[in-house]
Amino acid sequence: MSTDSRPFIEIKDLEYVYPLEGGEQIKALQGVNLAMERGEFVALIGPNGSGKSTLARHFNALLLPTSGTVRVDGLPTSDPRHLGAIRQKVGMVFQNPDNQIIATTLEEDVAFGPENLGIPPDEIRQRVEAALAAVDLLDYRLHPPQMLSGGQKQRAAIAGALAARSSCIVFDEPTSMLDPLGRRQVMDTIHQLNTAERLTILLITHSMSEATLAQRVLVMDAGRIVLDGSPAQVFSQVERLRGLGLDVPPVVEIAHRLRGWGMELPSSILTVEQMVEALC
Amino acid sequence: MLIQVENLTHVYAPGTPFERVALRQVNLQIAAGEQVGILGPTGSGKSTLAQHLAGLLKPTAGHVLLDGVPVHSAPRDHRLQVGIAFQYPEDQIFEQTVFREVAFGPRNLGLDEAEVTARVRWALEMTGLNSEVMSQRMPFTLSGGEMRRVALASILALRPRVLILDEPTAGQDPQSRRRLLERILTWQEETGLTLIIISHTLEDLGHTLERLVVLKGGQVVADGPTRHTLSDSALLNAVGLDMPEPVKLLQTLRQKGRKVRTDLVSAAEAATEIAHVWGLPPPPGPSPRRGGEEGRGA
Amino acid sequence: MNQLLPGLYVPGDSPVHRLDPRVKMGAVLLLMMAPFALRGFWGYFLLSAFVALISVVSRVPLLALLRALRNLFWIGFFMFFLYIFTTPGQPFVAWGGITATWEGLLAAGAQIYRLCLLVVMASLLTFTTSPVQLSHGLEALLAPLEGLRLPARELAMVLTIALRFVPTLFEEIEKIAKAQRARGVDFRSGGPLRRARSLVPVFVPIFVSAFRRANDLATAMDARGFRCSPHRTRMQQLKLGFQDLVATLVVLGVVLAAIGVEQLT
Repeated sequence: MSTDSRPFIEIKDLEYVYPLEGGEQIKALQGVNLAMERGEFVALIGPNGSGKSTLARHFNALLLPTSGTVRVDGLPTSDPRHLGAIRQKVGMVFQNPDNQIIATTLEEDVAFGPENLGIPPDEIRQRVEAALAAVDLLDYRLHPPQMLSGGQKQRAAIAGALAARSSCIVFDEPTSMLDPLGRRQVMDTIHQLNTAERLTILLITHSMSEATLAQRVLVMDAGRIVLDGSPAQVFSQVERLRGLGLDVPPVVEIAHRLRGWGMELPSSILTVEQMVEALC
Repeated sequence: MLIQVENLTHVYAPGTPFERVALRQVNLQIAAGEQVGILGPTGSGKSTLAQHLAGLLKPTAGHVLLDGVPVHSAPRDHRLQVGIAFQYPEDQIFEQTVFREVAFGPRNLGLDEAEVTARVRWALEMTGLNSEVMSQRMPFTLSGGEMRRVALASILALRPRVLILDEPTAGQDPQSRRRLLERILTWQEETGLTLIIISHTLEDLGHTLERLVVLKGGQVVADGPTRHTLSDSALLNAVGLDMPEPVKLLQTLRQKGRKVRTDLVSAAEAATEIAHVWGLPPPPGPSPRRGGEEGRGA
Repeated sequence: MNQLLPGLYVPGDSPVHRLDPRVKMGAVLLLMMAPFALRGFWGYFLLSAFVALISVVSRVPLLALLRALRNLFWIGFFMFFLYIFTTPGQPFVAWGGITATWEGLLAAGAQIYRLCLLVVMASLLTFTTSPVQLSHGLEALLAPLEGLRLPARELAMVLTIALRFVPTLFEEIEKIAKAQRARGVDFRSGGPLRRARSLVPVFVPIFVSAFRRANDLATAMDARGFRCSPHRTRMQQLKLGFQDLVATLVVLGVVLAAIGVEQLT
């Protein structure tokens, strides 16, 4: 079954090809190798079309490899017998807050995952309460979805994964349709779940500021992982990222320019606080 | 004065348990050709105000005048001098070809086909789409970014005197956002239209528009040159807006006693400013310290 | 912001609200069929009095019920003319080759009244039963048909999802309609054909977006393990109580009395 020594997610030589009309084929992923440990918070960035969403959907067997293997907590995704277990272990939060809520009240929606698992009703209730409390939405349990803000809806989706006792949550651009307040709420929740509950997190994002919150950053391009390191390591490669059409966090950009004009600054500056310290 | 908003109040669902005051005694004047950003957190009334400016809502109290005529009750042709794009404008696409979609507005105006065709071509070029290649394509087969541009072209084709854009860059990645905002400014340059952009993100508005109106709780709390409002950190924090990192950095440096400007939103401008204050040799290119041309983009 | 949509749930704590949805739905079905077994005045009177009583007990605002009836206006209008001109009997007005009869007037009145009764009963059901409960009740009532290969649970889920999206769709329709107005569409002018055509720029985008939603939802449901286990449970459990027994007996009693009172007169 699962042993703590193996990586939680093991991807080897993953290739994913899908056919287009007219006989053409698109190689969305090629030669992807990745290992993620329990409790890691990984950000995944890359230009549009680089395969980020495609890769993420292999984590919970929404997509299956054309070749290569994907293992979740030791279980291969290609084996249909493990589908239920894999989808319980790995939850997913999508980009559109509205299009993942299926129930007419918040607590009913959060209960959906456990209901699918056949959990006894009393236990579902307990789990739902705990999950809502964990994302600070307990007061809204009877609210219908249209009375929730975007940020609240995304937190509801997170609660859904918590109620199913997922140990890993994959986020596919969870904040791109939210306003600043919603973005902050969601990122705070993610950060808290990772630090307090040791939840394994994969965050796909276009915001470089969000990516700096992770412990590890993966950069994808044309179906491959081209950079893999800490945020400081990855974002110090300003020119390389620019070449891929990606931004760097604003503070990194500022530091890079100042260095170019002759100022001595540590190469690991990522945040406003670090920059202020270096300058003052 | 092209647009006059006088004591505008708007109440949603009056007399029901869901009654909500969205706008309270709002006063605003916009001259022809101005660039105005309307900034505020969610719930501040920005979208409601935008709809009033386009004549789509009836004021509960007060007036919204375009050229002295109330927009809401005016004949349709008067109201259509104001073009408005809502958030995610690609949601409104319904035609089978790009051409028909962009021609929809001009055809509703009753223009003859020659004029309609000319406008479609012009509008597509303005949004950076090749009208020959695109015209017969089905809009639903295009990428998200292209669909958005088609939707914006369909509004441009009305050749409005005033263009209101509600969160034009919603949901886009940073590069697309920048490109779109630059393009929008060229529309203003080329046609002289009055430009109003609604946003909750300072990054979008801060370094592109001349004038900033800040809303909170349905009221105007600031209205003046963008630079002015940006340097008022107390106000921005009180309104609860998300500070772009360059602004945060400059504000923190200022709190530590360094004499830096705090009204610069882009990383490039902030870097140049810090270089100046720290006494580095002057970097090449336009400087924020000199009046006039500001560095644009990050 | 149409929170008070006609026919939708109005939260409350009346005795009617607290009844098990299966009992309510069964009762409504029975009460809806009853008028067709009645012919005379007293039967209708008893039934109507009972429905009025339920309305009062359920504390549903009268205005909401009246609004539900208002939607019947055009149907009622057409029915009226249909019945008075096509029912044979004693004429009271003749015009050209068409005659309106007294019997027709009576028949029209009866049919329209029955229709109103039906609508009020259905409205009482939806006003006092939350979408969750409606879906539960439906699932329970259809469960026996699972044996005949009818996917009762899936149907109930379809109902829940549809109910969940009604307000969202309303908001979207409002937004799209405004956007198209801003491009020169005039929804209010012209004859019926022109007006129908002006709805195309609203309905096509809504349709397209509905498909996209459905797709996204299906993916999300799969990701949450929807089809992975044969044994789905429900957090909410329906439990019959004493009040349900009482209600069932009362409804049966009223219906039998209504039919019975006719036999006696």
